[in-house]
Amino acid sequence: MTENSLDTAGRQAAADQAGGARATAAGPGGVGADGRDGTPSSTVVKPPTGGGRPPRPTLGRRAVTFADSLWRPALVLAVFFAAWWFVAAREYVPNYLVPTPGQVWETMTTQWSELARHTVVTLYETVLGFVLAAALGLVTAVAIAYSRTLDKALYPIVLFAQVIPKIAIAPLLVVWFGLGLTPKIILAVLIAFFPVVISGVAGLRSTDPELLDLAATMGAGPWRTFRKIRFPNALPHLMAGLKVAVTLAVVGAVVGEFVGASEGLGYVLLLANGNLDAPLLFADLILMSAIGIVLFVLVEIAEALLIPWHASRRAGVSLTTS
Amino acid sequence: MTAAPAATGTAIGMSGLTVRFTTRRSQTTALDDVSLDIEPGEFVTIVGPSGCGKSTLLKIVAGLVKPTSGDVSLLERPVRGPQKEIGFVFQKAALLEWRGARANILLQAEMRGMDRAQAARRADELIEMTGLTGFEKALPHELSGGMQQRVALCRALLHSPPVLLMDEPFGALDALTREQMNAELHRIWRETGTTVVLVTHSIAEAVFLGTRVVVMSPRPGRIIRTFPVELPAHRDYAQVMSDPRFDRLATDLRGLLGSAAANH
Ligand SMILES: Nc1ncnc2c1ncn2[C@@H]1O[C@H](COP(=O)(O)OP(=O)(O)OP(=O)(O)O)[C@@H](O)[C@H]1O
Ligand SMILES: [Mg+2]
Repeated sequence: MTENSLDTAGRQAAADQAGGARATAAGPGGVGADGRDGTPSSTVVKPPTGGGRPPRPTLGRRAVTFADSLWRPALVLAVFFAAWWFVAAREYVPNYLVPTPGQVWETMTTQWSELARHTVVTLYETVLGFVLAAALGLVTAVAIAYSRTLDKALYPIVLFAQVIPKIAIAPLLVVWFGLGLTPKIILAVLIAFFPVVISGVAGLRSTDPELLDLAATMGAGPWRTFRKIRFPNALPHLMAGLKVAVTLAVVGAVVGEFVGASEGLGYVLLLANGNLDAPLLFADLILMSAIGIVLFVLVEIAEALLIPWHASRRAGVSLTTS
Repeated sequence: MTAAPAATGTAIGMSGLTVRFTTRRSQTTALDDVSLDIEPGEFVTIVGPSGCGKSTLLKIVAGLVKPTSGDVSLLERPVRGPQKEIGFVFQKAALLEWRGARANILLQAEMRGMDRAQAARRADELIEMTGLTGFEKALPHELSGGMQQRVALCRALLHSPPVLLMDEPFGALDALTREQMNAELHRIWRETGTTVVLVTHSIAEAVFLGTRVVVMSPRPGRIIRTFPVELPAHRDYAQVMSDPRFDRLATDLRGLLGSAAANH
């Protein structure tokens, strides 16, 4: 709609869009991050009569928006790999310390089935830990936001759970719960829990008092007020917390595997380290990061679907950190 | 729409209302010994300088602010907590930013558990009446300030409340739309017999709409005087503006507000 939005995205899209002058708003489903040039046209100026809202972006248009959001990170990655390859291939750093991308790729493909199995284990621990942390964190946040007594009682516990070094209690958890998945999931929960609580409390407390007054004059009970006003109002804060939490959950799971495990990417990392197997080590690191990135993007997509109305989304600002 | 409540007793009673706000830094007396009785079906307009406690007064009637001393009653019952037999239009539109205009209006129905189909029909009527047609789905940030206020007005009218409390509902409107909305509100009031208390900074609005105009002093807010408006119950905007009684009252009000501000 605006001229300046007709860069990469617009140029390709113009062809397949009849009557080109349409709102290019990323729309509620605009997948994930739609670059920094998120069109200011999401505030659509409508004629005073008739009007109605602009049509939802078509699938083709959305794909273009998505592609547009990808080329910048892709470029950065390409530059990074090129630099890595250059440094490793020229042996500026000894090969047993930094392998070439080719070696890493070879390790990945030859040991693929093994690596996939370990990735699935770590992914499982992470996701389960994250989901539990989100649920527990939300319940705790509600309790803290609604009750002064619970606020006083729970906050110290939450804070204590946060400041105690997770790496230090990992061995204890292994002693208590064995070498299975339980201690890893508990660690992931412990580490991901805090940002959820903090963002949830901040969100629930940020409700405009006038809106609560309004709810009171409507005779609504606390449950209705929570469901229709306080919770949706808290979502932008909460989603920011969940994005931090999901990346931390990976750390929790891997730390758990470091201390005692027979499977998972953390376990593979220790093995590779012991054998001075740099290619495997690098492959493992890449997979760990991939887990974190994929989960983060999933939460981003959930956020785009849940709060398309929020200013942080409208402005096209992605990757909000709490 | 519900019929007017039987015209007996008082719709709103205030006696000796004093409100003091204590903050960490200071103590403010917002209202000082305010007494006012409002009969069912009256349209009382309140004018006064900024910060004299007009918003606070409305919130006390709605049970949202507790007075430091004094008594309030609404529809013959003492006000002890938030009241729900009212429609409240806040000074800020106070809309849910994730809901479209129509959904914002329907919040009233959802929170009260009203009949859905009936509420939807009523919402469409109100949207039509306030000229919001075509913007039913628009989110608050896509609406102008005046349109947001109109959405808030529709929301306050949705359940046809017996008492309507309005805090500068038309402050963000342009002059012409404001006149139209005044005429519309006047019609609604005439047809429903709702008791209305409306705060405004516009003397013309206060006189055109009110059956009584209450003038308040600068902080601490007191009622300096109340003027009965001697205009026909059924008013037409153009006629009222050219009526000599309108001119006289407007001049009196302006003089009173001016001298009150000067003495302060
Ligand atoms: N919650 C509060 N805490 C502390 N002081 C308050 C509070 N609410 C209002 N006040 C003070 O009370 C006084 C009256 O406020 P109020 O909002 O009722 O004024 P008003 O007449 O509506 O003004 P305006 O015309 O500008 O809207 C002001 O001095 C304000 O600072
Ligand atoms: Mg006010």
